[in-house]
Amino acid sequence: MATVFKKTSMLTDKPFHYCPGCTHGIIHRLTAEVLEELGIGETAIGVAPVGCAVFAYDYFNCDMMEAAHGRAPAVATGIKRVHPDKAVFTYQGDGDLASIGAAEIVHAATRGEKITVIFVNNAIYGMTGGQMAPTTLPGQVTTTSPYGRDTNHCGFPVHVSEMLATLNGPAYIERVSVHDVAHVKKAKAAIKKAFQLQMEGKGFTLIEVISSCPTNWGKTPKEALEWVKSDMIPNYPLGVYKDITAGGDQ
Amino acid sequence: MKKLMKGNEAIAEAAIQAGCRFFFGYPITPQNQIPEYMSKRMPEVGGCFLQSESEVAAINMVYGAGGAGARVMTSSSSPGISLKQEGISYIVGAEVPCVIVNMVRGGPGLGSIQPAQSDYYQSTRGGGHGDYRMCVLAPSSVQEAVDLTQEAFDIADRYRNPVMVLGDGLIGQMMEPVDMDLCKDRKPAEDLTEKTWAATGHVPTEEAPRAIINSLYIQPDVLEKHCQKLQAKYDAIEAAECRWQEEETEDAEIVIVAYGTTSRICRSAMRKLRQEGIRVGMIRPITLWPFPEAAIRSTLKTARQYLCVEMSMGQMIDDVRLAVNGERPVDFYGRTGGMVPTVTEIVDKVKAMYDNDDLHKAEKAFNDTVGAVGNAFNKLGQKIEKAVNNPELEQKAENFRKQASDVANRAASGLAKGMDAMASTLGKAFSSIFGGAQPEEPKSTETVDTPAENNEGGEQ
Repeated sequence: MATVFKKTSMLTDKPFHYCPGCTHGIIHRLTAEVLEELGIGETAIGVAPVGCAVFAYDYFNCDMMEAAHGRAPAVATGIKRVHPDKAVFTYQGDGDLASIGAAEIVHAATRGEKITVIFVNNAIYGMTGGQMAPTTLPGQVTTTSPYGRDTNHCGFPVHVSEMLATLNGPAYIERVSVHDVAHVKKAKAAIKKAFQLQMEGKGFTLIEVISSCPTNWGKTPKEALEWVKSDMIPNYPLGVYKDITAGGDQ
Repeated sequence: MKKLMKGNEAIAEAAIQAGCRFFFGYPITPQNQIPEYMSKRMPEVGGCFLQSESEVAAINMVYGAGGAGARVMTSSSSPGISLKQEGISYIVGAEVPCVIVNMVRGGPGLGSIQPAQSDYYQSTRGGGHGDYRMCVLAPSSVQEAVDLTQEAFDIADRYRNPVMVLGDGLIGQMMEPVDMDLCKDRKPAEDLTEKTWAATGHVPTEEAPRAIINSLYIQPDVLEKHCQKLQAKYDAIEAAECRWQEEETEDAEIVIVAYGTTSRICRSAMRKLRQEGIRVGMIRPITLWPFPEAAIRSTLKTARQYLCVEMSMGQMIDDVRLAVNGERPVDFYGRTGGMVPTVTEIVDKVKAMYDNDDLHKAEKAFNDTVGAVGNAFNKLGQKIEKAVNNPELEQKAENFRKQASDVANRAASGLAKGMDAMASTLGKAFSSIFGGAQPEEPKSTETVDTPAENNEGGEQ
C-alpha cells in the first residue's frame, strides 16, 4: 500500500504537552516539516525558549539548546557564529520575545543574524497561567489585567513584525496565522521561505505566527480560533512586512 | 622573548593562543582593551569577535557558542558581571565550558572605575541563582594572567563548567614583561576529549547522540540528581584544581592571606617586616574557589595570628576564618572603593597585631622586669660598697654580702627556671619569680629580696 502521509522525521515521538486546541502543535509540525523538506533538519540546531514551548527540545529531532527567558536570539547568535553553515532557529513566544527579550530580538534582527525566528504570538503568558503579555490586546482580560488591558495604564500591544521591518538587517518578515487550513498552508510556505533565505545567507528571518490559547483566553478551541479571526488578526494584520527578494523593498 | 604588554591585551592574546576563536563582549572600563584587542586579532586568526547589545546578550552568546562546541570567552567588569549572572547560572546548569574575565572595579552600584576586590563573594559563592560553583583564578601579575587564562580554557573543558579569571583594574591596566613565546599555540591539555556532547548540528551517532543543552529539570527528583552530579564535579575540582603560593610560611608567626594585586603589596610589607625581625609569611590563593584551606591550615603549627588583606570591606576573610576554624585570631585590613592599600599601612597593621599579641606583651613585660631586677642589683652593689668602706659595719657587711650573694644566686636560678617554665606557661613563671606581681610594673629596690623567697614557694 502506498504511503500517502508520514509524520515528519524532524519531530520526535514524544507526545506534545500542549493544551487541547492550542496551535503550538501545528506550528511545531510546520517548522519540522520544512526542516525535513529542505534537507537541513538533520544538521539544524534549534533554541528553545522559556514559556509554553520550553520543552521544544524534546520535540524537534535535532540538536537543541534551551535558552534563558528572552535570550534565544543571543544564544542562536553564538551557535550560528560557530556553525555558519548550519540551519539555526529559535522558537519563541510573545512574552519571551517581545518583552523580556526585546533587546535580544531587535539586535539579532539589526545585525542581520542569519537565523530563523519562529515567533508565536498568542497575546498572553500561557505557561505561567494567563498574565498580560506585551502583545495583549486593548481591553483583553488576563489574570494581571482583570478589568481588561487599559492602554492609559499599561500601554499598547507591541507589533513585532512591523517594528523589526523598519530595520535593515532582516531579510524576510511575515505574519501568518494557523486558524484554518488555507492559512496553515500559507504559514508553511512562509516558514519555508525564511529557512531558504537563511541558508542562502541573506540575513535575519522571522515568521510571526498568530496562535490561539483557549485555556488562558477562557474559550473552547473552536471559539479560540474564531477569536483569532475576529480579534487577533484585525489587531495583527497578516502579510509580508519585509522581503529583500521582492525587489524595490530595499 | 619577553615583551612589555598591558594585562588586558596579554589576556586576550593568551586566550587566542589557547584556541579561543569566539569572543562576545560589551564595553565597560577597565577591561576595554580586551574586546578592542579581540576585534583586531580575531579576524586575523579566522575567529569571531562580536560586540553584543548588552552584557546579558554577551553571556548568552557565550552560552550558545560554548554549547556549540567552541572555545569561547567574554570579559567585563563588576557591574557588567552582575548582569551576566543569569547566564552564568544557566551555563553551569547546562554544563557548558567557557571563560569569563572580570577586571574588578569598585562597587556597589556603578561604583568607581578603579581596581577593587569586592566581587569575591559574587565570584566564589555562585553569584547567580541555584546550587553552583565556578573555578575562580586570581592572577597577581601580567605573566600569571597569561598563564591562568590559558589554563582556564583547559579547566573549563575538563569539567564542562565556566571558569572565571578574576583580575582587578591594576592587573588589566598595568604593563609588565611577559613571555608570550611560552603560550604560543598552546595545545589543549592531553586529557581533554572531543566534545561529543556539543550541539554542533551533527547527525546523531551512538557515541554522539542528539545534543540537548539544557538546564531545565522539571521533576524535582531528577533535578536533585543533576545537582548531585554537579556537586561531584565540584568535589573533583576542589581535589584537583586548587592552586596557591606560600611565601616564608615555614616559621611565620603572622600569616598574611592576600590575592591578586593586594598580595604584591603584602609581599613588600612582608620583606620590610622580616628585616625588622618580625616573622611574617604569606599565603596567596591563586584559585579563590577552590579555596586553599589545607594550605592555610598547614601554617597553624607556627602561626599565632592571621591577617587577611583585601581591596574590599572584608570578603575572603570569611574563608580564612573557616579554614582557621576559630583556632587562631584572624584580623583584617582592607581598603575599598578603588583605594589600594600601601606597604606602610600593612606594615603598621602587622606591627600593631604583633604588639597586641599576648606573647609579645608578656615578652615585653618580662624584659622590663629583668631590667628592673638588674637595676635593683646595681643599687644593692652600691650599698655593699658603702658597707665595705665602713669598718664598724664590716660584720654587718659580711652578712649582707652573703645575703646578697644568696639573693643573686636564687634570683639567677629562679630566672633560669622561670625562662624554662615560660616555654610552657609564661604566667606561671612570672608568679614563681615575682609572687604574682603585675609584670607590667617593675619592682622597686625595697622588695629586691622577695623574689628569692617567693621562688622557693614556686619550686614546690
